[in-house]
Amino acid sequence: MPEPFVTTTSRVISIPRANIDTDQICPARFLKITDKNGLADALFFDWRFTPDGQKRQPPSFIDEPVNAGRQILLVGDNFGAGSSREHAPWALRAWGVRAIVSTSFADIFRGNALKNALLPIVVSAERHAALTALVVADPDGEWSVDLEAQKVTLPGGNSFAFELDPFARAMILAGTDEIGYVLSKLPAIEAWEATHPARLDTREGALSR
Amino acid sequence: MAEKPRTIFEKIWDEHVVASDSGAPAILAIDLHLVHEVTSPQAFTGLRERGLKVRKPGQTVATADHSIPTLDPSLPIADELAARQLRQIEENCREFGISFHGKGSPTRGIVHVIGPELGLTQPGMTIVCGDSHTATHGAFGALAFGIGTSEIEMVLATQTLLQRKPKTFQVRIDGRLGPGVGAKDIILALIARIGIGGGTGHVIEYTGDAIRALSMEERMTVCNMTIEGGARAGLIAPDETTFAYLKGRKFAPQGAAWDEAVARWRALPSDEGATYDRTITIDGDALEPMVTYGTNPGMGVPVSGRIPGPADVEPGARDDLERALAYMGLEPGRSIAGQKLDVVFIGSCTNGRIEDLRAAASVLRGRRVASGLRVLVVPGSQQVKKQAESEGLDEVFRSAGAEWRESGCSMCIAMNGDQLEPGQYGISTSNRNFQGRQGKGGRTFLASPLTAAASAVTGVITDPRTLLGVAPKSAAVSRPTTVEAH
Repeated sequence: MPEPFVTTTSRVISIPRANIDTDQICPARFLKITDKNGLADALFFDWRFTPDGQKRQPPSFIDEPVNAGRQILLVGDNFGAGSSREHAPWALRAWGVRAIVSTSFADIFRGNALKNALLPIVVSAERHAALTALVVADPDGEWSVDLEAQKVTLPGGNSFAFELDPFARAMILAGTDEIGYVLSKLPAIEAWEATHPARLDTREGALSR
Repeated sequence: MAEKPRTIFEKIWDEHVVASDSGAPAILAIDLHLVHEVTSPQAFTGLRERGLKVRKPGQTVATADHSIPTLDPSLPIADELAARQLRQIEENCREFGISFHGKGSPTRGIVHVIGPELGLTQPGMTIVCGDSHTATHGAFGALAFGIGTSEIEMVLATQTLLQRKPKTFQVRIDGRLGPGVGAKDIILALIARIGIGGGTGHVIEYTGDAIRALSMEERMTVCNMTIEGGARAGLIAPDETTFAYLKGRKFAPQGAAWDEAVARWRALPSDEGATYDRTITIDGDALEPMVTYGTNPGMGVPVSGRIPGPADVEPGARDDLERALAYMGLEPGRSIAGQKLDVVFIGSCTNGRIEDLRAAASVLRGRRVASGLRVLVVPGSQQVKKQAESEGLDEVFRSAGAEWRESGCSMCIAMNGDQLEPGQYGISTSNRNFQGRQGKGGRTFLASPLTAAASAVTGVITDPRTLLGVAPKSAAVSRPTTVEAH
């Protein structure tokens, strides 16, 4: 279960690319794990290493010492396109990322990110362009993301508000997840089930292993 | 008093909403939960840590498809991580009482192939799976979508999901497809038009004459790749084609229950006058075989077309295109047909069903694959494999020089040892051409089984109509009606 999360203050990594897919964020060969460990090393792996496993020269931005520990990404449109693998937000969180700013996120990625207290912050195309220019002008400026206030404060004190699903926000602020909430609704679920009998039983005549 | 006309999506949604607190997402009841080895282990661990059981094991079913080898099943699995993952799904299913179609089972296969073929997938259901291609099951008029591992745990624990209601998007395909043009070409053309984020936040309903004319397997191909256009679910209203496919399948209702179910299913199609948040129309008569040239499924052109250059796309898409062409090693302006290939992959949840294999075999029968080319044919399930073998298709593939394998996801996701080598060019009937998707440094062209098979014969990307003896439609005076195009 995630820790409660309220704010982060960090420098920003800008990745000015659209459609960064889940095979870039966490390649499929790292999906053979049966726990959530070790995924920090998998993040953007094929951008960082050549197919024969050598670190790329010059190193990828992710391996530049100056980017170590940065918790905010500024990325292009439709971040997280592709698969349902929750390994993508797990890898981002394991590496240290807490918030991602983009003009849009793929649906499944967005949901998975929220369940891991990784904030998908959506901004307009105009604001995105201004923020990208800001990182170019001030690559080491610190931004503050405040989930309670739903506000990002930029170097120099300018700030902007952002929207986040209010339910997910409450979960992240409380450091809890949704299963407890849904289990508290069991009577409603049971009532529904009483009037909607299951349409099949997958175990009936199920063949041997 | 007439109720407000509703779409099929709204009917299924409304029926499955268990509760909906103000400010909270709806609690949506789930009829069928499909589980596989790759995205489920951490969810079962979560259940154990909370001391919870699987709430509805009878509405849950599991298989092994992603990391399972497609070579001789009697051999031990060389990859220790894959072997452990496969052991774990089996143990989890045993511990939690879930039906498991695992290694050695005649009903094992890709989760999105076995659901329909066993009759588990039925109209009007809500169906989820920790896999984005769950959209496949929408072909039956089910609301089916991919979920993450936290959501898998939620469904295992509660048989429900928390969901915000998506918007609706009608994609109407009018007209009739020409010979050599199929379901894969419809969906690749759609994604090329709307882009890979074009459907974000929406559920797509496919309508129109060209959709109605498709077989169930072709409908599955269209719905399968809905997620590649950014929409989590895509569905097609059930009709006689759907009922005929389902009747008699293992988990389909029988006797009086069948008649009752069909009556219920007949009420599902969108009402006259129902409205969608968005609608687009595509002229099916104008579609051609499609192939991708880039590093996402939206980067596609007709196989008779040219690789676009920066001047051909919106300014905002130029960087993406240049990066894609650099990775693919392709020059703008050149014809995509004629591009040299190293590997051909025929299979996956998109195009690994029996009709796909028949289509590929119709091209390869009596022909040889080009010299130096590796051609891998991987059936979508063990039942598909058995059916293909009973029709002699395996012999067609082997005689042509292709490899014939056990079922699984295989080179679509390259987790099981079947993969492109760095720099290799592969034409693939699968669903994703992302960088490295089919193997580190591998370069993928997505296409239909007909196009992949035709390209296997020539060794270069090839318009299948040239081998099928049908003229591309633009050049045709009258369209032959007897060619089996799908």
